[in-house]
Amino acid sequence: MKVKKSLPGRIFSVANSIFLLMVAFICILPFINVLAISFSSKIAVTSGEVVFWPVGFTVNAYEFITKSSAFTTALGVSLRRTILGVAVNVMLIVMTAYPLSKPVSQFRGRNALSWYFVLTILFSGGLIPSYMMVRYTGLMDKLWALVIPGALPVFSMLVVMNYMRSLPAELEEAAYMDGATHIRSLIHIVLPISTPTIATVTLFSFVGHWNSWFDGLIYMNATDHYPLQSYLQTVVTNPEQFFRSTSNLNSELMTMLALVNSRTANAAQLFLATVPILAVYPFLQKYFTAGLVLGSVKG
Amino acid sequence: MAKSSAVAAKGGNRMMRELPLYLLVLPAVVIVGIYSYGAMVGIVIAFQKFIPTKGLFGSEWIGFGNFKTLLALPNFGGVIRNTILISVFKIIGGIIVPVSFALLLNEIGNKFFKRILQTMVYLPNFMSWVILSGIFIDILSPSNGIVGKFISFLGFKAPFFIGDPKWFPAAMIFTDIWKGFGFGSVIYLAALTSIDPTLYESAVMDGANRLKQTIHITLPGITSTIILMSVLSMANILNGGFEQIFNMYSPSVYPTGDILDTLVYRLGIQQTKYAVSTAAGLIKSGVSLVFILASYKMADIFAGYRIF
Repeated sequence: MKVKKSLPGRIFSVANSIFLLMVAFICILPFINVLAISFSSKIAVTSGEVVFWPVGFTVNAYEFITKSSAFTTALGVSLRRTILGVAVNVMLIVMTAYPLSKPVSQFRGRNALSWYFVLTILFSGGLIPSYMMVRYTGLMDKLWALVIPGALPVFSMLVVMNYMRSLPAELEEAAYMDGATHIRSLIHIVLPISTPTIATVTLFSFVGHWNSWFDGLIYMNATDHYPLQSYLQTVVTNPEQFFRSTSNLNSELMTMLALVNSRTANAAQLFLATVPILAVYPFLQKYFTAGLVLGSVKG
Repeated sequence: MAKSSAVAAKGGNRMMRELPLYLLVLPAVVIVGIYSYGAMVGIVIAFQKFIPTKGLFGSEWIGFGNFKTLLALPNFGGVIRNTILISVFKIIGGIIVPVSFALLLNEIGNKFFKRILQTMVYLPNFMSWVILSGIFIDILSPSNGIVGKFISFLGFKAPFFIGDPKWFPAAMIFTDIWKGFGFGSVIYLAALTSIDPTLYESAVMDGANRLKQTIHITLPGITSTIILMSVLSMANILNGGFEQIFNMYSPSVYPTGDILDTLVYRLGIQQTKYAVSTAAGLIKSGVSLVFILASYKMADIFAGYRIF
């Protein structure tokens, strides 16, 4: 539909485009500023010359960070907790959503069990009781502490369950007529057509695990068990600490201290920590949108 | 019900047929049982003089003593006020800004340009508050941050946004809306695309301009979504935004920036006053439960929305 625009209409269009472009830039300029700082020389950063483009381009900060054992150790923990965590999440989501998507006639426990999970969205024990449960079950200071307590993301499970419920019953009926069990039907019929929804919750889970920091902060005693975001949290809230902790600095890093400062080093760390998110960002845009609509506008 | 009879005819033993379904749910039932329901049982700490070594049921019961201790804290009233103030402004801004953005974006005809704008504004939503706090602490720093430099360039004196109690709540509200508005607009954009295009065509025939179309077709078309999102966001009335505030606040801004969740953390994890912290957490969960139930009920009444 092509509508010819009046003069005020055209003025509005132009003004609107410029305004929205400005808004969009406000959303990404902070990232660009940090990126520019991370690639700038210590001197340029200290004298405040860096805005949106690196001044005195250098990769010293990145070299410094990747040689620091604190950063690389935390990165390793993050990778492990994310891979393990996402695998556990997705497995439990599917295993739980499928039975709950069955009509009561096929699964009598459906309604009671659905409420069992939904109630946990409505009410929680709070910080200390949850912390105590992790302690009592012996997970403190172990990688599992970051995986098991949140093993079933209930909201994601509901999204998948609602999707499975919306599938036409005929799909599975034919399989049942041929004598297939529920498990066979799940693997060969339901899972393949649920791929987009499962992709959505997998991404939810990936972003959730990669970004989470609070559990690492409270459940890990040794700082070298911190995942990346928990480690960064300590760095961000106390920027000079990274520099003061000489235990972390070997002689090679000591000599590099002349080339970086806390601002360039922190900027480099912050940027590196967002790389995985940026890598999946195109998929996020595609599937998160679908997932959000799925989750909110119930079918 | 053709399906159930088909199944009944096929499977003789109903329980045997359902057993695999129960086994599939079992692991999640156990884990949620321990870490969610177990933690709910753990709330009893709030009514005890809790000593970790004595355990959950070995500690002495003291009724509402911990709640009295909590209410006697000099800053407790302030914390409640801060929490509600910050969350209310976040909720209001979190509706108005995404709706406005969606309406303006909807006026962009060029698909490619629209896509670029969306790509840019959705980005902050996927970053953790640790990363964003690191960025904001740097750019909002009055001495060398770019925001400060921009303000002095305009001829004003840059305030210390996250170190000054006068500015701290505003900085939290603004940065929270900044993070979420782009992605928050997705739901309204989805609602906009579902408006029947023939409505616009007939409006054009009747000589309605874009503004009139927006007021009479577009806005009514997304009203139910706006109501739904407003009602659901009510559930966040006691969520000041722990992850954000915890990473940006400092003792100097406690008078205006300390919220219930940060207080719960400091009492519980830092000062190991487990019982008092649990009591504070219970007040939050309890009040939130009422708001969540009310919001779900209203969402069901006004928009026919149910979570399952």
